[in-house]
Amino acid sequence: MHIVDGALANEVVIGGAVLAAGGVALGLRHLPLEKIPAAGVLSACFFTASLIHVPIGPSSVHLILNGLAGLVLGWAAFPALFVGLLLQAVFFGFGGLTVLGVNTLNIALPAVLVGLLLGPVIARSRPPVAALWAGLGGALAITGTTLVVAVALVLSGDEFLPAARLVFFAHLPVIAVEALLTGAAVYLARQVKPELFASFRKGAA
Amino acid sequence: MGHTLSGAARRLSETGAPQAEGALARVDPRARILAALLFAVVTVALSTLTALLAALGGALALLALSPMPARRTLRRMILMDGFILFMLVLLPFTVPGEAIFTLWGLTASWQGLAQAIEIGLTANAVVLALMVLVGSMEPVTLGHALHALRCPERLVHLMMFTIRYIEVLHEEYQRLRVSMKVRGFRPGTNWHTYRSIGYLVGMMLVRAIERSERILDAMKCRGFDGRIPLLERFAYARRDAVFAGAMLALCALLGAVEVLA
Repeated sequence: MHIVDGALANEVVIGGAVLAAGGVALGLRHLPLEKIPAAGVLSACFFTASLIHVPIGPSSVHLILNGLAGLVLGWAAFPALFVGLLLQAVFFGFGGLTVLGVNTLNIALPAVLVGLLLGPVIARSRPPVAALWAGLGGALAITGTTLVVAVALVLSGDEFLPAARLVFFAHLPVIAVEALLTGAAVYLARQVKPELFASFRKGAA
Repeated sequence: MGHTLSGAARRLSETGAPQAEGALARVDPRARILAALLFAVVTVALSTLTALLAALGGALALLALSPMPARRTLRRMILMDGFILFMLVLLPFTVPGEAIFTLWGLTASWQGLAQAIEIGLTANAVVLALMVLVGSMEPVTLGHALHALRCPERLVHLMMFTIRYIEVLHEEYQRLRVSMKVRGFRPGTNWHTYRSIGYLVGMMLVRAIERSERILDAMKCRGFDGRIPLLERFAYARRDAVFAGAMLALCALLGAVEVLA
């Protein structure tokens, strides 16, 4: 969900940029130099995942998977998703430049919250249980993203209120798809490489 | 490198040799990044139709001076998220004002239409200038230039790793996709599809983290201590001053049009 330049009020753009800069700085502090290669490869992984289109009825949606990013990367999801959005804006023309902060906040804040909330549970539980929690996490992250987008729009002007409301309802199927996919991805990852969800938590200490 | 990002054919410049095509390509990357930022801030501040059209014109002129393929770049400029398009279409109906027409009891207003056009022009002008000025760089050069502009070192390193591995992981994704197809996988709206693509993403994650472990080991063998020396040095030359002057003049002109119009 990329908001474009010129749509939001200046206060929202500046506030978003400040908050996003804070989040990126905090995320980098949780990222020791030793973990940067892993974070970079995972960031590339989520960038690639965002190019995957999944059929949904007659249409298709592209994946965001910010919940999964938060579960795997924790606080490091903030800089990792920021880098992804920056590259998308510069090379693909998705989103914009002045709204980069707001867009980062939209995607990364729910991701980090989900990671902090559910990450420890998922690292502990058996794969089927972890998959259920991850499904919930995937749904929460996208719901959070649509809500933050809606808040950014409504703070910019009342005329966006109907659009923000419709965007939320239009994203209900996306929320379901992301929840299913996140659950399945975590189920497989927990079976194949159980320590995957602990790797960034150790480094964060 | 940057094959997925730039969509360009692989060429020798991937070995690090500088590529020079078009007038803009030789301008200092730092100047181009700063110019894109300045242009974006000025354009977002504009609100009259004339000034915004002038801004889009300026961005189109930059496109003409750059080595970017015009058709593909313009298509990328116009593409926006579905929900933004939807919002723009709704705007005439949600902004109160002088009526143009009424559809199913909803009234479209001139003010709303003007606002939608304003947002559309701003978004396209900024994104086009950004792609032309910054997106035409080798992704690695972008990393070096951001480092030279005092971006946090860890963030630049993170970006360089991301850039380096997007291509590798995209190829891995396509290999996995081909092997699914060979086994008769056909995506549809069903549980089987979502589970399979979920497993695909999970497998990519596992492989990515294992790859990153091998990378770290290999880098440690070669004396990696957490820092990558970024060797590229930029020299500010006369053509950069000319470019900076021209961009400042363009932004000043846009400001003047805004005030006068």
